[in-house]
Amino acid sequence: MLAPFLQILILAACSFCSLFVGVADISPLDLFSLSGEQSGIFFVGRLPRLCSILVAGSSLAVAGLIMQRIMQNKFVSPTTAGTMQWCKLGVVIAVVCLPGASPILRVGAACAVSLLGTFLFLAIVNKVRGQSAVLVPLIGIMLGSVVDAGATFFAYKFDIIQNMASWLQGNFSLVIAGKYELLYLSVPLMFLAYFYADYFTIAGMGKGTALSLGLNHAAIVNAGLLIVALVSSASVVGVGNIPFVGLIVPNVLAIFKGDGVKNILWDCAWLGALLVLICDIAGRLIIFPYEIPIGVILSVAGAAVFLVLIRSGRRYA
Amino acid sequence: MISTESLSKKYGDKFVLREVSASLPENKITAFIGCNGAGKSTMLNIISRLIPASEGCAFVDGKKVSEWDSRKLAQNLAILGQNSHNSARISVEDLVAFGRFPHSGGSLAERDFEMVERALKMTGIEDLRGRFIDELSGGQRQMAHIAMSIAQDTKYILLDEPLNNLDMSRSVKIMKLLRKLAREESKTILIVIHDINFVSFYADYIVALKDGRVKYEGSSEAVMKSEILSDIYGMRIEIEEYKGKKICVYYQ
Repeated sequence: MLAPFLQILILAACSFCSLFVGVADISPLDLFSLSGEQSGIFFVGRLPRLCSILVAGSSLAVAGLIMQRIMQNKFVSPTTAGTMQWCKLGVVIAVVCLPGASPILRVGAACAVSLLGTFLFLAIVNKVRGQSAVLVPLIGIMLGSVVDAGATFFAYKFDIIQNMASWLQGNFSLVIAGKYELLYLSVPLMFLAYFYADYFTIAGMGKGTALSLGLNHAAIVNAGLLIVALVSSASVVGVGNIPFVGLIVPNVLAIFKGDGVKNILWDCAWLGALLVLICDIAGRLIIFPYEIPIGVILSVAGAAVFLVLIRSGRRYA
Repeated sequence: MISTESLSKKYGDKFVLREVSASLPENKITAFIGCNGAGKSTMLNIISRLIPASEGCAFVDGKKVSEWDSRKLAQNLAILGQNSHNSARISVEDLVAFGRFPHSGGSLAERDFEMVERALKMTGIEDLRGRFIDELSGGQRQMAHIAMSIAQDTKYILLDEPLNNLDMSRSVKIMKLLRKLAREESKTILIVIHDINFVSFYADYIVALKDGRVKYEGSSEAVMKSEILSDIYGMRIEIEEYKGKKICVYYQ
């Protein structure tokens, strides 16, 4: 892997590009003499967009990593376990039941529902344990689709379908200052994950190993799922559904650097942020001056990597 | 000391362990022998709190296993279960270092690194340290797991079929290592083992189980008898002397 210095340099370079890509023309030189309109675009639009990309990308990758360890399956992630869909259902419930609910309440509702959903998923998976590892994400995807359909139905019933379209497809173009800040909730969670990284690695080695080292396996799994649910909820409420980051990034890294959570957590956060950033820039450039939502780009890229992973699954999973 | 008091384990109505009371000698290698399903692993797993007992209890240093703080127990007792094997993609060095977790809580101190080095050296897998365990052979992975248990540096070491997957030379190496740990470092070692000739050569004490009960128990010398072994395994086993050691011949 690259040296941390180089990693930061690459990320900084891409971030810099991201700040100056867009319909409104702002060049780096303009920074020194921003007109009123330009400064508005820069500080309300571009900068929040960049920050939300970095936080969402890195935290979702870390959430995927944790989820894969505690469920001992390489193919689960907030996307393939249905967590994101449960989050969406939670937001719909919050919007329907408590109109005008504050964002923090929406995150709370999304988190509560997605926690319930993930535990339900876990219970189902435990019933089929010992069967093919590929079956687990398929169950998650099916369950997620059902929940997604349910959420869409309710949204349709209560006439908030347009509202919900933005959660259906992650889109950073809707991010503006004052509307995304809840996403920062994920930052301390990532530090927490780093602090307890070894616990997640040990949980990934199985119940027996965890117990023989004096750890409570169930408690680690619950704590991990709580982190995953919170990160996913913050991301769904803040920027929408960003698919596949949590699946691709940890798996690609594990091939080179192994499964030790502490060893790859930093790389995971870095690569997650970089991946989302590059996909976002690509989405803004491909049909310039229009935009392809990040959800579409990542779905295409993610699905391809997912297939490759499943095909070569016997080697690394 | 490790002991049990009318320990029973049943799944549904079926007893796999039935009122076992035993107290095992300290600083010795104790081998659990018996047919498949005789209850050997079950007994080891209950003693090491991996599974709960149905009735009765197991004691470690006079304290009920269920009353031990899990981490404290992990500082005193290491267990390598048959199913503890994992093929997570972590390096041998990291795996062995996790053996220090009950002591270090995650941040390794000088002494922890020393213990990891020592365990790698004792098991002779220093050259594998950088390899991922999912890329090792079954035997190499087994050695790495044994090294992890040794790095845990506990008074009691429980190993469920440690010789699984190992070739003869590695098997001998492990048994010699265990004997050294028992003799020189006063460790108490409990192993489940199927090759009774290894038992004959290396074990000090034998607990022979049949149908969930302890049928025979005693020093190696006392239990290694043709009629006892034939009864335990339900087949004719003859014993020959070879250079003062007993060799079981059961190939018919």
